Amino acid sequence: MHGNKFRHNLLTALLLGPAAAWLVVFLVLPFIAIAVFSVGERAPEGGYQAAFTLAQYANLPARATAFWNTMMLAPMGALACLLVAYPVAYYLALQAAQRWRLILLALVVIPFWTSLLMRTYAWMYVLGGRGIPALLAYVGFEDIRLINTPGAVLLGIVYGYLPLMILPIYVSLERLDRRLLEASADLGATPLSTFLGVTLKLSLPGVMTGFSLVMILLLGEYLIPTLLGGGKVFFIGNALVDLFLQSRNWPFGSAIAITLVLVSVVVLIAANRISTRVSGARRVDLI
Amino acid sequence: MSKSYRDGLPISPENFVDQLMRLKRGSIGRRDFLGLTGLGIATAVMAREIGIMPTPAFAAESLGDRMSIATWPNYHDPATFENFKKDTGVAVEVNVFGSNEEMLAKLQAGASGWSLFVPTNYTISTYKKLGIIEALDMAKLPNFDGTQEDPRFTSEGTIDGTTYAVPKNWGTTGFAVNTKKLTKPMTSWKEFWDTAMAEGDGRTMVHDYQLTTIGNALKYYGYSFNSLKQDELAKAEELLLKVKPHLFAVSSDYQPGMRAGDAWMTMCWTNDGAQLHRDIPEIAYVLGKEGGEIWTDFYAIPKDAPNKPAGYALLNYLMNPQVAVKEHLANGAPSTDARVNKLLPKEVLDNPILYPAADLLTPLEFGAAATLTDPGRAELMARFKSA
Repeated sequence: MHGNKFRHNLLTALLLGPAAAWLVVFLVLPFIAIAVFSVGERAPEGGYQAAFTLAQYANLPARATAFWNTMMLAPMGALACLLVAYPVAYYLALQAAQRWRLILLALVVIPFWTSLLMRTYAWMYVLGGRGIPALLAYVGFEDIRLINTPGAVLLGIVYGYLPLMILPIYVSLERLDRRLLEASADLGATPLSTFLGVTLKLSLPGVMTGFSLVMILLLGEYLIPTLLGGGKVFFIGNALVDLFLQSRNWPFGSAIAITLVLVSVVVLIAANRISTRVSGARRVDLI
Repeated sequence: MSKSYRDGLPISPENFVDQLMRLKRGSIGRRDFLGLTGLGIATAVMAREIGIMPTPAFAAESLGDRMSIATWPNYHDPATFENFKKDTGVAVEVNVFGSNEEMLAKLQAGASGWSLFVPTNYTISTYKKLGIIEALDMAKLPNFDGTQEDPRFTSEGTIDGTTYAVPKNWGTTGFAVNTKKLTKPMTSWKEFWDTAMAEGDGRTMVHDYQLTTIGNALKYYGYSFNSLKQDELAKAEELLLKVKPHLFAVSSDYQPGMRAGDAWMTMCWTNDGAQLHRDIPEIAYVLGKEGGEIWTDFYAIPKDAPNKPAGYALLNYLMNPQVAVKEHLANGAPSTDARVNKLLPKEVLDNPILYPAADLLTPLEFGAAATLTDPGRAELMARFKSA
């Protein structure tokens, strides 16, 4: 018995070892380094010098606008993605013919084969003066500007994150027991109330997974607003890039990074709570 | 396109004979002759290969087969690195950067992997203070001739008599205007900012760079480009916050927007101005009459360079006027080296974007080290960008 238990423990250690080592080296240690940096001071020529002060955290209000913009962008962007993704996922899971389904799913995933940077650059040229505005000028609408507008940023975000929203919703809809829909109709529910009371409710775990996945990623987003928004709107991601690469105020950047991680954790927990409540006390694992 | 055997040569036979005649007439010195014809580097190579000539210190060291350089976008003739590889067997990996701060951040973090890089004048004293650049061993750079350099552009490379960096080229920071869209002639930074809030509404770009964006806002009031005075910076901030809602973008990548016609006016560096004007003649380059920035880019070698011998060899190669002149024709920025200016075609020397009239150059200021590292200006820029 004893030997068996030892073998079992050894097996567990071997299976989990690589992932644990990976996480310690590439997540825990950098996180500790950032935590140490965040209580330090900016050296006179930039960078870090050792200290123990909470001054960096006291200075957080200097980036309040960036936090506010991010807190607005993340849920709004995730909501926009959701509104576009749900009908697509619904069609894929419940309407599309079996033989088309795989092809359509592949089409959702294929854009991931090209880097987001390349695809966002492509949008710069599509929306830029020689792209759609040139076509509009051809039919008589001169000097229309699409690039560097809030609309362009929204389009870029929905485009970039759509697959991450479609897939979890698709999975939860696909597992849906069709007999429940029939039962609902048999018991006299209208198609709308069947959708709201059965389909939507049972797909909520997928919706919450997709929503929090996209939202967490949007909390750190800086590429799309920079390239399609002209760098005029400042998010936490932009603030971090500037603090590390431009003004080289590493301690302040570290304090912001730590705060962002804490905010993300709070958002995750809140999303999990909400999701558990609305889907009827069934526990849901996120990510 | 067929490739002639002459393409990769440092000098054409005709040019060689011309230079030889000049040497005989005594209108150039022997050293100039060696530099101009590329014989200087040929002697260096021979010295290494055969060992007849007195061997410079680096020749004994192996150059390895690869090195890495950090530089700016659209800044080199790609053939330069190919020819260098042909001559030495060293492949050059080119890393392109968007700002001096980014370069500084990478070097400060350590293990950048670069054996040569291209810092701008105002960063060199900071690099020296931090002890992350090499005091150059001039014996390894026989192609460099300090007497041929304009001292206005070289002074910041030398600190307390020690040379830490040698100049690549110089330039100015003005603004580019699409004169078909904005027809009113402009000559000043005051007009730049006022137009941005009027006819240029939604069509104007400023750099994503505190040094130039704040510096040129200071020029609106006639203050120094490098000002660190609280009250003057407060006025500049007021102007920047007022202009912000009217801007097309805050970005240092302004060529695509100007070329596509989305942007009509942008802060602009010399070489970009020359490239834009060359391809789209209605885009003009303007130096603000109140002044603004003049700059020099240098070559320097990091102390932790993984391949110093190759770094020196490439730097020496780039200091050969025959090589340098091609670099200038490719990137469009004016040269600091009189030997290179002699080789440049007349239309380049007469181009007012590259070689502006002296009265426009006089009020220009070199960016200062303190301007770059000042935390107050960094915070001002963050407030401007998040407004």
